[in-house]
Amino acid sequence: MSIQSWEPAAPTTTLDRPPAQERRSVVKPSPFKQYEPVVIGTLSVVLALAAWQLVANARIYSILFVPGPWDVAQAFVKLFQTGDIWLDIGTSGAEIGIGYGMAVVAGLALGLLMGWYTRFQYALDPFVNFFYSTPRIVLIPLFILWFGIEMQPKIAVIFLGALFPIIINTMAGVRNTEAALLRVARSFGASDALIFRRVVLPGSVPFILTGFRLGVGHALTGVVVGELIAAKHGVGQLIAIAGQTFQTPKMLAGVILIAGTGMLLTTMIQRVENRFQSWRPQIR
Amino acid sequence: MYDRSAKLAAKGVVIEYWLQRSRSLFTAVKGVDLEVRPGELLAIVGPSGCGKTTFLNAVDGLIPIAGGSLTLDGREIRSPGRDRAMVFQQPGLLPWRTVLGNVIFGVEAQGTMSKSEAVARARQQIELVGLKGFEDAYPLELSGGMQQRVNLARALLTDPEMLLLDEPFAALDAQTREMMQLELLKIWSQTRKTALFITHDIKEAIYLADRVIVFTRRPGRVKNVVDIKLSRPRDLRVKRDPQFLTYEDEIWESIQEELAVPAERLIAGVPAA
Repeated sequence: MSIQSWEPAAPTTTLDRPPAQERRSVVKPSPFKQYEPVVIGTLSVVLALAAWQLVANARIYSILFVPGPWDVAQAFVKLFQTGDIWLDIGTSGAEIGIGYGMAVVAGLALGLLMGWYTRFQYALDPFVNFFYSTPRIVLIPLFILWFGIEMQPKIAVIFLGALFPIIINTMAGVRNTEAALLRVARSFGASDALIFRRVVLPGSVPFILTGFRLGVGHALTGVVVGELIAAKHGVGQLIAIAGQTFQTPKMLAGVILIAGTGMLLTTMIQRVENRFQSWRPQIR
Repeated sequence: MYDRSAKLAAKGVVIEYWLQRSRSLFTAVKGVDLEVRPGELLAIVGPSGCGKTTFLNAVDGLIPIAGGSLTLDGREIRSPGRDRAMVFQQPGLLPWRTVLGNVIFGVEAQGTMSKSEAVARARQQIELVGLKGFEDAYPLELSGGMQQRVNLARALLTDPEMLLLDEPFAALDAQTREMMQLELLKIWSQTRKTALFITHDIKEAIYLADRVIVFTRRPGRVKNVVDIKLSRPRDLRVKRDPQFLTYEDEIWESIQEELAVPAERLIAGVPAA
């Protein structure tokens, strides 16, 4: 057999395949499918509220112990009518903003350094482990001693609360860089700076954002507990006073304010996460 | 035996590394002598674990050699360089970058080309490897064969003196592998780049290469060299050519001698049908 014709390459056999990871279903999805999460979620919340209202209306217990959702809603509206609430929100907001902001900056920097330089990690690991396994809230009395009862002790406790989850997750992100990608980059003679910026950092983004999300939870705990213990203003202080003066609906209104803030911040971070993950096929 | 005009020359190359857990020195290859001529496609085959990939990594400059010499165009290889580009067994694509972004990653890492020039050339390269229309797709949306095309395009865009291929088709299914071999030959014939191709697939080595080098079992060294005198261009039918089969027999026999368990004993162990 002689070697003759040059067969023109026909790569179509491999190219015509549908994308490997796209979501598929055997039946055509109904248009309702798209709204399913929202509809079912809303329904279950409405049902839960209705059940709560029914229990409250039965008045087995007084409004002091079990206020209904309607009572809480009224208290919530009243909070905003007086205007004092803005001082509390402003105080707590500033505490969170400063404390969490500092934690993001410091946590990111330390986490990246610890992930990238092994020896730096060896040096700081004992401290990170110590503080991460200690509830930082127990340090509040010390902070009050140091800083008084203004915003500073709360900022300190928020900062310490959010700092460690951010450090640990950022470090994990750097450490989890795929070895194959590093090998490719080194093979093409990439500098350390380029490897860091183009391979390690983008690969760590999902981990970093997870750290930010966990940090939000710790920051909110920090602000509330900090203000419960000692404060002049703040939403945590409002909750504390309302609780101690038997204004249960008002107290729950404060709780809802905190919870709402947490959900809002978490959702915002989740949005950012989704933006960075557009390349990842949906797994569900 | 050494040709002054050799592109790549390996003389008595020894590669060792420390095994951390057992705290012992491991000799992967010991005394590799070979040369790759300019414009030649040389394939190395050998039993698995014979150190052929380790040798290729040393040629790429990713790992140091413990003895002997390794030169490209007469210059000692010490680190990765712009004169070489590797096509990896695992595609190693940045999952957050599109096909286009991944293809330019090699020249971006080398810092040799402006971004606009890289993008313009990458588009041509993508067309050359048959991925036109997939410029904006993400790696996870591609089949294994398509990912390897990106891997190849990334290496070609750096326009290296020498192309290093580390079992690039090993993870593909049989049909895709054959198509990729055909296409690699087509692309290679357009550029005639000096290439070193590592594989464990004897047929693949014969089909692609000008010469096939057989490695011994570990620690690897050159056992024999087979000149493949099949005329080019080659289509896939060459694989059924009697001459092709002769080469295959010769190489297979050579490798068989290197396997830890001789094939006769393997056959003897099978109960008679």
